[in-house]
Amino acid sequence: MVTSRIDHKWGMVVDLDRCNGCQACVIACQVENNLPINDKNAFLQNRAYEWIRIERYWEGDYPNIKARFIPVMCQHCENAPCEPVCPVFATYHNDEGLNVQIYNRCVGTRYCINNCPYQVRFFNYWHPNWPERLQNQLNPDVTVRTRGITEKCTFCIQRLRRGQIQVERRAGGELNDGTLKSGNHMPACVQACPTNALTFGDQNDVHSPVKPYFEDVNRYNIHHEKERKTRGYRVLEEMNTKPNVIYLKKVDPNLGGGHHG
Amino acid sequence: MQEGRVLSTREINRDLLRSILDTPRWFWPVVTVLGLILLVAAIAIGIMVNRGLGVTGLNRPVAWGFFITNFVFWIGISHAGVMLSAILRLAKAEWRRPATRAAEVLTLFSLMTAMIMPIVHTGRPWRILYWVFPYDFARGIWPNIRTPLVWDPSAILTYLTSSTLFVIIALVPDFAVLRDHTTGIAHRVYSVLAMGWEGNARQWKLQIVAGVLLSALILPVFVSVHSIVSWDFGMAAAVKSWHSTVFAPYFVVGAVHSGVSAVAFALILLRWCYGWQDYIRHEHIDALGRLLIVVATGWFYFLVMEILFGMYGREADELMVRQTQFTYWPYNFWFILFVITTYFIPVALWLSRAWRRNLWIMSIACISVNIGMWLERFLIIVPGLINKQLFTFVWADYRPSIFEYIIIGSTFALVTLLMLLFSRVFPLVPLYDVKEGDVLRTQVQIGRRTVPATFRED
Ligand code: SF4
Ligand code: SF4
Repeated sequence: MVTSRIDHKWGMVVDLDRCNGCQACVIACQVENNLPINDKNAFLQNRAYEWIRIERYWEGDYPNIKARFIPVMCQHCENAPCEPVCPVFATYHNDEGLNVQIYNRCVGTRYCINNCPYQVRFFNYWHPNWPERLQNQLNPDVTVRTRGITEKCTFCIQRLRRGQIQVERRAGGELNDGTLKSGNHMPACVQACPTNALTFGDQNDVHSPVKPYFEDVNRYNIHHEKERKTRGYRVLEEMNTKPNVIYLKKVDPNLGGGHHG
Repeated sequence: MQEGRVLSTREINRDLLRSILDTPRWFWPVVTVLGLILLVAAIAIGIMVNRGLGVTGLNRPVAWGFFITNFVFWIGISHAGVMLSAILRLAKAEWRRPATRAAEVLTLFSLMTAMIMPIVHTGRPWRILYWVFPYDFARGIWPNIRTPLVWDPSAILTYLTSSTLFVIIALVPDFAVLRDHTTGIAHRVYSVLAMGWEGNARQWKLQIVAGVLLSALILPVFVSVHSIVSWDFGMAAAVKSWHSTVFAPYFVVGAVHSGVSAVAFALILLRWCYGWQDYIRHEHIDALGRLLIVVATGWFYFLVMEILFGMYGREADELMVRQTQFTYWPYNFWFILFVITTYFIPVALWLSRAWRRNLWIMSIACISVNIGMWLERFLIIVPGLINKQLFTFVWADYRPSIFEYIIIGSTFALVTLLMLLFSRVFPLVPLYDVKEGDVLRTQVQIGRRTVPATFRED
């Protein structure tokens, strides 16, 4: 069945003021996307899988020390450095603004891992294993990746596809911000976040809560950062990777203005 | 005074074919030892392919490690062949004659060894076919020509093909000599390989024209191969210390530096193994040493420039990589060792004429260069990845595992073994080239001194 074409351009806004570092998003991602269990060995070998990770930084000196959290996932760069270096087109950009990875094309050169400035690509050094009693919790919508390939955050493309099938094809409606929410067609991390630090939406949807932030950040590029009306910025903006993820700055009245110390 | 005796054609044939016509006593034990090393490495690769790349020390930030280091190293060694044969041939440097074949063959074998490395590196070797050869008609997907990883195989395979042609063309007259010196099966094989060579004027003319043409045509390939290998790093925008425009010339000069040193060392070894004192003479090694002083100094200039360009921008992440290279254990130790072994030790040794003519000292200098050049690649690849970008939270160190050490070590055994086997079947010092050199050789009187000179018809 052919429906009228709807041009989506997905995007995410991460409000650093709201993130409290609870890691609920990390676990939700782990469960949704069939990531292997990160045991002690995985961390000791520096090979843990965290498609979304919470980076924790300390700011200030004792006793005025603050923990800062930055959730980092694949930024789905419009200008992705990981894409042109793959010899077999295992990673490419689709027309919905997503950077997608085709697992069975990947040959394992790991060039994309090197060339991703955000370090969100993961190589399967071992074959993934789940304890016997967890075998049945695997998500049937998501491939279990074999060893020797690279994987990363997909913006839960399986949920978006389910939304497209359920809303756009069967109901003949439009997959927009409202229908995303009502059908839980948003990424698992967004759904799980207790403080609503993560917002997901369609940049082409006029009602989407992410749209104003993207418009603002796109209008004033890095050279006109000061003129931005919102707190929005992109991580490593100077690399010009044009991510589809926007971060909102943390505003801390106690630390600003040079009054600390 | 002319160095070395003037030898008759018969003597040249006897001496240079000695390696082929009789087996030295050390030959089989050495081959067995090398074979055992390769066997161990094959087992290690087998385990690695079976269990996954987890057995290596590679991890999340450091996705490229020893294997890629070794790949770049062997590609570098392979630059000696063209440097010595093509460039020196076009420049009419007479002292190149005995060194050319060994250099070309080293090129071939080091290229082949280098090509094994990316295959091992990916962990699932059978998938490589689909990257290296654009055969994938069924899926309608051609390789992505924007990536240096597709330029790489193209450049390397072009280089391999042209160097093979180069070696074969130079071998044809020697095959004919071998054909006339052997009997039985060997005779028949060499007859086929000699392609009906009779040594008449027309054949010589064709052979020389082909050699000169190939020398000229191979030069762009020579420059492009290591430039393209350097772009594997130069094109990586996300790794600060890799993303540098100076890499192409820096890598090419570095490659010549390590390659020519390796050839000098190989020549010394061959001279010692097969008793070729009359062919590989001190003057040849001396000339290589003098060439290397120039190459090493050019390389040193690029090294300084690379560091200077890197630091000049004063970007925090780039400075962090430099800080790792220069100050953090164990990288600081490797860095000091690298600079000393690549430049200061060998160049200091090469500056003295007496030391250039001392084979022991030359060997030490040449080995030292190659230790240093291996470390250079390691110090470029790993520290850049350890501190990639400003995400300090995910920085991590790299500890290579025993599997990586075994596989890296075995590549040295592989090249040595291939060279040894080759020297048993084909002459490693070109007979006709040496004879031609002898014919052209003469002495001229300048004032009170007699100096060696070469007559040229043209
Ligand atoms: S964040 Fe990394 S993996 Fe994601 S699109 Fe950008 S470069 Fe590629
Ligand atoms: S779930 Fe939300 S609040 Fe918790 S760590 Fe993730 S982004 Fe932060």
